[in-house]
Amino acid sequence: MVEMVWEDAPYPMLAISTTGVVEQANQAARLLFAEPLVGARLEHSAPGWLSRAHFGCGGSERHGEIGDRVYQAHAVHATADRTVWWLIDVTGRRHEADSLREWAAFLADASSELLPSLNLDRCLEVTACLAARRLAGAALVVLPRPGRRYAIARCARGGQAVREDAVIDPGTLPGLTEALQGFPPVPARWSAPEDVPGWALCDGSGEVGSVAVIALPGHGLPAGALVLLRGSRDGFSDDERMFARLFALWAGSAIAVARLYVEQAVITETLMSELLPPPTPILDGVELAARYRPAGPSERVGGDFYDVYPVSGSGRESLVVLGDVAGKGLEAAVLTGRIRNTLRALLPLADDHHRVLELLNGVLLNDSATTRYVTLVLASFQPRGRRVEMRLTSAGHPAPLIMRTDGRVEAVPAVGTLIGVLDEITSVTDTVVLEPGETCLLYSDGIIEARGGPLGDEFFGEERLSEQLGQCAGMPPEALAERVQMLASQWVGAGEHDDMAVVAISAPRAPRGGHL
Amino acid sequence: MTADAEERAQALWAAATAGDESAATGVAMDALDAGMPMETLLLDVVAAVQARVGHEWAANRISVAQEHTATAVNERVLATLAHRSSRPADQALGRIMVACIDGEWHAFPARLLAEVLKARGWQVDYLGAQVPTPHLVAHLHLTNPDAVALSSSLAIRLPAAHAAISACQAAGTPVVAGGAAFGPDGRYARLLGADAWAPDARTAADLLAAGLPRRITSREERPPLADREYTELTRSAGDLVRDIVADLTRRMPQLAGYSEQQLGRTAEDVAYLVDFLRAALYVDDPELFSSFVGWMTGVLSARDIPEAAVPAALDALADRLDGYPRALHALARARAEHGADPGQRT
Repeated sequence: MVEMVWEDAPYPMLAISTTGVVEQANQAARLLFAEPLVGARLEHSAPGWLSRAHFGCGGSERHGEIGDRVYQAHAVHATADRTVWWLIDVTGRRHEADSLREWAAFLADASSELLPSLNLDRCLEVTACLAARRLAGAALVVLPRPGRRYAIARCARGGQAVREDAVIDPGTLPGLTEALQGFPPVPARWSAPEDVPGWALCDGSGEVGSVAVIALPGHGLPAGALVLLRGSRDGFSDDERMFARLFALWAGSAIAVARLYVEQAVITETLMSELLPPPTPILDGVELAARYRPAGPSERVGGDFYDVYPVSGSGRESLVVLGDVAGKGLEAAVLTGRIRNTLRALLPLADDHHRVLELLNGVLLNDSATTRYVTLVLASFQPRGRRVEMRLTSAGHPAPLIMRTDGRVEAVPAVGTLIGVLDEITSVTDTVVLEPGETCLLYSDGIIEARGGPLGDEFFGEERLSEQLGQCAGMPPEALAERVQMLASQWVGAGEHDDMAVVAISAPRAPRGGHL
Repeated sequence: MTADAEERAQALWAAATAGDESAATGVAMDALDAGMPMETLLLDVVAAVQARVGHEWAANRISVAQEHTATAVNERVLATLAHRSSRPADQALGRIMVACIDGEWHAFPARLLAEVLKARGWQVDYLGAQVPTPHLVAHLHLTNPDAVALSSSLAIRLPAAHAAISACQAAGTPVVAGGAAFGPDGRYARLLGADAWAPDARTAADLLAAGLPRRITSREERPPLADREYTELTRSAGDLVRDIVADLTRRMPQLAGYSEQQLGRTAEDVAYLVDFLRAALYVDDPELFSSFVGWMTGVLSARDIPEAAVPAALDALADRLDGYPRALHALARARAEHGADPGQRT
């Protein structure tokens, strides 16, 4: 009776004697093992993994291949110390587990390759390559650009990504227009190859058996489309459809974020270009250098500003303005923009510094948008032979320093009230002559109020600045501006600091040579 | 180096230290006109002169003012050469970003590399001195370079260099590190995880030409610091420097007569010692500290600072770093290698 049940059982069964000989095998087992089984020793007739499991030297591994299937073996102890092995076919489960593991690895790759970059081109390329690695023989990512152009990244399996901008008609590939608009929703399905236009083919993609178009959704807005090309005519399996959708979500998000980042960067760049410190022009008979360092490590503009106008007033003099708006960061920078524009308009009046300051004061007082004030210094200059004649006016700003060739450092008082607070302002304009090799240094209080030093909590201070400048006699302005900026920055170390601006104006030591 | 390059380097040295910009650019232009290749001019003439500026300053044979003047003139020479060699970028080569670590002011080596790479046909984004890491990363996302070349001269910037290297790699871009900060054999570049290290601009350019693979680092975890010695010392550095200067004025009678200015200099030197000690703790290499102490001893003795000052400062530091075994080990080693006994030599 019992034997009957075994014989007809749907699972292969082997009964092994204490000496390791196969005593019985049911029909399923006889069909599974090609060779004669009963009466043979187990290790001669069965695969190695099964005999190792039987003789107890296989560890916990009780599964393995027989033919092209995978079996799990279960041992049951029977009468007369025989061991009965039941073999269960687990091929399907094993494939499922392997396939899930592969998909998990693919998604892990996708996230670690898509996550690091905010660069749009890179995201498009990575998306195409990832798709070609797992979802198709070749893949394209298509993203609309302004002016009927499309950014296309394509990659064939095992190849390198290629990026190009091209004018294409998305209408030539069924489903692409909808996928690019994100609406109406298109099912991710494979269609016949007659529909594939030439622009969608990749080098190395070979004969196209089928094509699929998948929309890339990006935070509520469409972020392009993924085009998959396969050599075969097989469609998506259920797993593939699900994981392709997941992948499209991740890639779409990455592309959308990168696109947003680049758009923001372009806007910032455009607006910022007006606020950035200007390049210093080359002037006859005067050398000039400037340095600027905003307060925040991630900022490029701040409340300090300077401008150099080669021609001002009645046309004989050049003008340098260096100023400091209360506050720092973007808000202060926007105000510097307004002040710089106002000063540019007042340029024809620059022969009279007091008049310029008065008018600027009036503008700031009447500007209801701001309650902020500004300190600044005006420096008009013109070469006289090898000397440079300067007129200096300070409006509540740190006094300009004159560095003589013998190492003396003189502060120019040129005192005046700050701008934008009082109805009436006062100012004094001082005249200074620079001999060849001498320099006038304009700087903002961010330099002397730099806090740090070896003990961590001292101000850099005017005294230390003057002492250091005393050792810099005869330095060209470029080196000097760099040195001042460096001293203050090193003084601060890793600590916080205010905006720092420096302009150095020198009478050249030697007339400019003709080597260029 | 050829005799020709040596001769021109001598002429450039004379012009640069005299602050004569037009003579200096003249030397460079003449060399180009005479057919000297751009790379030879950059590396065997301009860079050679800049290296000499550093040596001469350390030996106190030129002043700080001369050092800065010569460097500024040399920078202008580089700028002029950059203008002159407007070779169009070779699209096939790719794009490289060159920058100095945050806090690093010595931009010259980085600028030199940028010019060498441009001369070889790379598209180069040169970001200049002391680039805050957020700037570096923001720029990197916009330009998507094939690699970033990071330069740092002083080992005290190694913690900042570590942050910058990790940030670039986290954004998926490989990093080649260069400059004296990373050690004579580049050991700190490897330690901090840089993808490559180059001892000079020529090697860096060769490495980049061979190509650095992009790596995926987002799944790697950063190893933590060995202990809290670096962190604690960083936090208390200011107080420590104040205490050491006070100790020194007691230990060394010469310091009693120092002006406030001179004491300020002493405090700066002590702060420098503490900075290098911190860096040595960060990379866990007492050799870093010891070799700096050797260098500092040389610089100070060239400037007639009492020889006993450095050993005395090391002793004062050791007295106050009870409970910092790694710091004490580094101090003891530096003391053994470079410190004569202050009691015997005053």
